[in-house]
Amino acid sequence: MITYNSLFYGNLMKNKHNIGDNVLLSGNEAIARGAFEAGVKVASAYPGTPSTEILENLCTYEGVYAEWAPNEKVALEVALGASFAGARALATMKHVGLNVAADPLFTAAYTGVKGGLVIVTADDPEMHSSQNEQDNRNYAYAAKVPVLEPSDASEAKEFLKIAFRISEEFDTPVLVRTTTRVAHVKGMVRIGITENSSATLGIEKMPEKFVMLPAHARKRRVELEKRMVRLREFAETFPENRVEWRDKQKGFVTSGVSYLYVKEAFPEASVLKLGMAYPFPDRMIKDFASKVNDLFIVEELDPFIEAHVRALGIACHGKDLIPAMGELNTHIVRRSITGEAAADLFAPVLIPPRPPNLCAGCPHRGIFHAIAKLKVFVAGDIGCYTLAALKPLSSMDSCVCMGASIGTAFGMEKALGRDALGKIVAVIGDSTFMHSGITGLINVVYNRGFSTVIILDNRTTGMTGHQPNPSTGVTLCGEEGAAVDIEALCRAIGVQHVITIDPHQHESAEKILRQEIERPEPSVIITKAPCALLPEIRKKKDKNLYTVQEKTCTGCRSCLKIGCPAIEWVPLTPEEAEQMGYKKTQKGHSSINPVMCIGCGQCVPLCKFKAIVIAGEENG
Amino acid sequence: MAKTTNLFLCGVGGQGILLASEVISSVCMKVGLDIKQSEVHGMAQRGGSVVAHLRFGEKVYSPLIAPGGADIVVSFELLEALRYLPYMNRNTRVIVNTQKILPAPVATGVDKYPADVVDQLRQRGITVFPLDAFVAAKDVGETRAVNMVLVGALSALLSFDEKIFLEVISERIPEKVREKNIAAFLKGKEALQGILMSSEQARK
Repeated sequence: MITYNSLFYGNLMKNKHNIGDNVLLSGNEAIARGAFEAGVKVASAYPGTPSTEILENLCTYEGVYAEWAPNEKVALEVALGASFAGARALATMKHVGLNVAADPLFTAAYTGVKGGLVIVTADDPEMHSSQNEQDNRNYAYAAKVPVLEPSDASEAKEFLKIAFRISEEFDTPVLVRTTTRVAHVKGMVRIGITENSSATLGIEKMPEKFVMLPAHARKRRVELEKRMVRLREFAETFPENRVEWRDKQKGFVTSGVSYLYVKEAFPEASVLKLGMAYPFPDRMIKDFASKVNDLFIVEELDPFIEAHVRALGIACHGKDLIPAMGELNTHIVRRSITGEAAADLFAPVLIPPRPPNLCAGCPHRGIFHAIAKLKVFVAGDIGCYTLAALKPLSSMDSCVCMGASIGTAFGMEKALGRDALGKIVAVIGDSTFMHSGITGLINVVYNRGFSTVIILDNRTTGMTGHQPNPSTGVTLCGEEGAAVDIEALCRAIGVQHVITIDPHQHESAEKILRQEIERPEPSVIITKAPCALLPEIRKKKDKNLYTVQEKTCTGCRSCLKIGCPAIEWVPLTPEEAEQMGYKKTQKGHSSINPVMCIGCGQCVPLCKFKAIVIAGEENG
Repeated sequence: MAKTTNLFLCGVGGQGILLASEVISSVCMKVGLDIKQSEVHGMAQRGGSVVAHLRFGEKVYSPLIAPGGADIVVSFELLEALRYLPYMNRNTRVIVNTQKILPAPVATGVDKYPADVVDQLRQRGITVFPLDAFVAAKDVGETRAVNMVLVGALSALLSFDEKIFLEVISERIPEKVREKNIAAFLKGKEALQGILMSSEQARK
């Protein structure tokens, strides 16, 4: 079995900090430290960039229970339950994860908390690793909960502690919103002392607070409005909403990482920094605005603060100058406001792009090569395998959100009727299937579909950096236990045809796929082979690596069709071709990079000329 | 050091850029400087082009280097140096690992690897220090220590004490491969000092 503990050993060592030490931590590591210092007892999350490292770090602190939940909704419900029991509890997720957890969030705002409840949402402006760039401050407004926005690692740690205090004092869940440039930026953090919750642990029945029947909810609805009034008042004196007076020609209202760009772009200007981006300190904003000549609102993505400032009847600049799309930086902030031309920069040169690619030996490559040959519509999902949409595999035709593949494939099937048979497949990873694919499959069976669902079981959550999941049976902290049996689960749902195959054997996989897509009933094909980056594959001894027997290679390029990064094309001039004993017309030959090859063997059947052989077994 | 130093690292996912950044940041911290180190995880690491921004000085606000703002660039792969040209200016010093890692379009024969990366940089007046960090790492018997060779080379352009670098490397690198990584660091430093000396002599 894989021992995930080994992955975290380094962190365990690292977390032995002394109080008062200055240490270099990423925003996510700082949030974990902040949660620990806040005395968090229970933390739950589903991995998602840029939030993943929070729980990976938190699980190395003593006295904290931390877990990977199957999805963000469950994670938030677990944290809410811990709060009901009087413990300080944390749920963390990437921005789109909060869409999944929005259901408990909106009503948790009604129930309020017992132990402090904090939800970290890590937004991804610029979409470095995401399918959209939604601005989750809007959730604070919509769900009527406060949101804190740290601008660097040091603040991230402190804001976690503050968030828990606010949560308990105001009986509300608190959102902490980071962005990629907070979550994944390392900076200096001072290690602090731990504190305790003001709540007491134990079971306490409070149906009017915890049972959201309409009659109770209506009462809590009134409480919620009273709470918002108190929070607005609190915002006026909250020390992290602060004015830095400098020259009053220009005044900036800003929050989060944008504050850092403003400080560097306009060091001489006055700044109102909102540590809490919702609810707003109206008097503070009005006072600040009245004392500066020109007011600018600098924020990434939506005009969240700006809309409020304008609603207060204050004239300001914001998205009329500063982009509402993508990340900001010092350069963009300065130029948008001063209108100065870009400095004399070197123009980019045209060079080959380097898109991310499936790794050498990735089991997904084999199965997607087989799928590509079927010429079907491939309803895709979120994971490393989304990269199969890129050339040369080009075998994914849709990708929307976690778990969407099965539902969208089924919807297409219902729209097209019998014509869809044999023309559509859904693909979904093991972790994604656990997250939100299961209900989609239940729908297929329940509503008499004939969808073909391919579950790409690589025994891990790959893209986010190899987190275990319910189907691997290993927990976040490395405990081994019961694993969800995907095959048995599909059968229990009512799928009659479930088959497990080896994706590296893509020729036989293709035959099975052809047979299954024609079946007028639901069928599930589980392609089971561990991710090439898992220690069990990486550290495997006696691997047979492959090589191209040059004299046999005809330069037909068939092996390049799977896009393995270990297979390289060596172009030849006619003279070079002749020297190597090829026909003058041969344009080149293939070569396998021995450093990258891991010996999966997927390329072997692609060569009709049998030029790909086990290294060391070339025939002279 | 009143001015913030902007150090831009680029290369290919899997080359150990994140560890290299951490070593440099830790050194800065030990000498009492403020530091911000920015990187991107997730999708970017699947063999794609990877960058890290490091900024250090008395007080650092922004985690990102502005276009044209890099003081030093360390490119872990040859053509990646050219990709991030817009971050450079005429005073930027660029350490380039001359190792080639073929991007997918080149590996599949669709595109060509540029032939004259170092010349293209020099033609723009940029100071370039080319060295083969892969061969250097191979020489010390640890091909995964390419990153430490480059950290060593970089250390020759910075004013920090070598002892602090060695201290940090010892803390960060597992014992099994520690000696080889230190050897890689020293080899990189020596290589860059060699280039500096020969260019000085050429000037004389």
